Amino acid sequence: MEQHLPVLLIITPLIAAPLCVLVRQRVAVFGLALAVCWAVFAMAIMLLARVLDSGEITYQLGGWAAPWGIEYRIDTLSAFVLLFVSGIGAVVLSFAPHSIAREIRKDQHYLFFTEYLLCLTGLLGITITGDLFNLFVFLEISSLSAYALISLGARGGVPKTRRALIAAFHYLVMGTIGATFILIGIGLLYMMTGTLNMADMAVRLRETVEINGSFKQVNETRTVLVAFAFLSVGISLKMALFPLHMWLPNAYTYAPSVVTAFLAATATKVSVYILLRLIFTIVGAGFAFERLPLDTELMVLSMIGIVVASVTAIFQTNIKRMLAYSSVAQIGYIALGISFASPDGLTGAIVHLFNHALIKGGLFLAMGCLVLRLGSTELDDMRGIGRRMPWTMFAWVVGGLGLIGVPTTAGFISKWYLISAALERGWWPVAVLVLLSSLLAVAYVWRVVEAAYFQDAPEQHAEVTEAPVVMLIPTYALIGATIVFGLWTSVSAGVARQAAELLLEVTP
Amino acid sequence: MKQHAILRVTSKVLIPYILLFALYVQFHGDYGPGGGFQAGVIFAAGIILYGLVFGLNAARIIAPPSVLERLIALGVLIYTGTGVATMLAGGNFLDYTVLQYGVFDGTVLADHLPQGQHLGILLVELGVGITVAAVMILIFYSFAGRERSR
Repeated sequence: MEQHLPVLLIITPLIAAPLCVLVRQRVAVFGLALAVCWAVFAMAIMLLARVLDSGEITYQLGGWAAPWGIEYRIDTLSAFVLLFVSGIGAVVLSFAPHSIAREIRKDQHYLFFTEYLLCLTGLLGITITGDLFNLFVFLEISSLSAYALISLGARGGVPKTRRALIAAFHYLVMGTIGATFILIGIGLLYMMTGTLNMADMAVRLRETVEINGSFKQVNETRTVLVAFAFLSVGISLKMALFPLHMWLPNAYTYAPSVVTAFLAATATKVSVYILLRLIFTIVGAGFAFERLPLDTELMVLSMIGIVVASVTAIFQTNIKRMLAYSSVAQIGYIALGISFASPDGLTGAIVHLFNHALIKGGLFLAMGCLVLRLGSTELDDMRGIGRRMPWTMFAWVVGGLGLIGVPTTAGFISKWYLISAALERGWWPVAVLVLLSSLLAVAYVWRVVEAAYFQDAPEQHAEVTEAPVVMLIPTYALIGATIVFGLWTSVSAGVARQAAELLLEVTP
Repeated sequence: MKQHAILRVTSKVLIPYILLFALYVQFHGDYGPGGGFQAGVIFAAGIILYGLVFGLNAARIIAPPSVLERLIALGVLIYTGTGVATMLAGGNFLDYTVLQYGVFDGTVLADHLPQGQHLGILLVELGVGITVAAVMILIFYSFAGRERSR
């Protein structure tokens, strides 16, 4: 079964999802989903070990050879993304039972697990496939299930509003526009190259063809330019790059806590993975950064995004919304790292995918604990909570330090790479901006710390007690990991560097 | 709709043929145009027509939502199950050629499609057909039943 590992990783959650609908019984469904998620995580670890050991792995679906059939292709970057997406998926699902009991109506629990597994399937599928159309199909699987997951917050949600429906619908409209743009881009590329396999497409884009009597490379044609424009805008929408982030704050705020933790930690990261694949594997960095000014564009947008989103975060009174704006800023850091197109910058971007997934996942799980006990995500309701829920708030503070980028946390590692990449290019203003934006992060994290530890609790929260241990364990698993990977960087930064070098190497 | 005798009679005559045509498109899909998706939509159209003419409740009796929900899951399972079967038979996921040797004796008859490929695509399309039909009908129920649930 060893050689089937790539496809097993995808079909295990894909088979488990419909089984959840057939079984329905809540405890059994949870057991099934939990077992599947941890099994997928184990498979992802095995895949990463094999890729690091022996290089790229390919798997041909249906036994059809590569450019014709669908091919799964796993290199260091995809194995790394698979690892943390499946890891977050497993940890967040372990957290789920108490949280969804509070925030999702009981008769919809089996639907939650079904959609969660489908979303996981889609995200893993995007990462593993080497076929561009297959990637779009998985993107739709993950997006559609994400919309449904968010809308689950509409009934029995905390706080009691039906705004989750509007948020999910807004995300659906924006997400569909993004997906349509991506599909148009794929269609145009297919028209010009006659292939959907990414590696094959990369070769064919560099072939010389005769067009209207003159010879030129396929990637010099206007059609490919238009395709690239559609693809990059569509992907930017999906990854919530400023100013295309408008769907994100509401979606994260009104979704159930578990859903927010899972999506915030994985969905936008996987979209960044698509962007990396598009730039470095398909069209090549020379095309995206030298012929077209995507690097300047990414840099300007990400720098504006970092500042605007961080400042907006400072003024939020709803903590989930504050963290959502902080996510927009963090996507800015990742895009900034990509725009350097240097080993250091790209390593920073890839390692920040990983580190931010851990930090935001942990923070949103801590929010889940607070919601369970407080029934609110407002800053006002968090007054004095540091004494009543010390463990939860400690986890929150450590996660907050990670967001700021304090040394010994994972956030520091990413920022270190970004700043050294900026200095390497001699771009002092960029380095200064990264440091200044950390100060903005201090401001919004401090507001919560001040409320939680230095203010008196309102009377209605006198009875609040610490969250159950079964919820604290997954929270601390992620928060602890941010410290572990802040000190021990050979797995995270080491693998990210290898992935970055491989990406830059294939670029002609 | 009680007073529309013509509508009631015509649809009663038409519905069996619509369903039959759906089955034709389903099982002839591997030889001609058609397949699971088209067949599923046509089959669902038959049920939806029944619901439009005879009322939502009548349609819910012949195609109960809880059954449909399970059918959606079942269709996906048939699809992925076929893939798993090919893996157990020694091939890659969804590699139907191994069914040629696993299920049949391995000889390819003259003037005949390879049986393994044939069986594989038939099962997969069956899964698609079941899921698509059930999803279509359920979407109709959710829109048509919106006022009622309030």
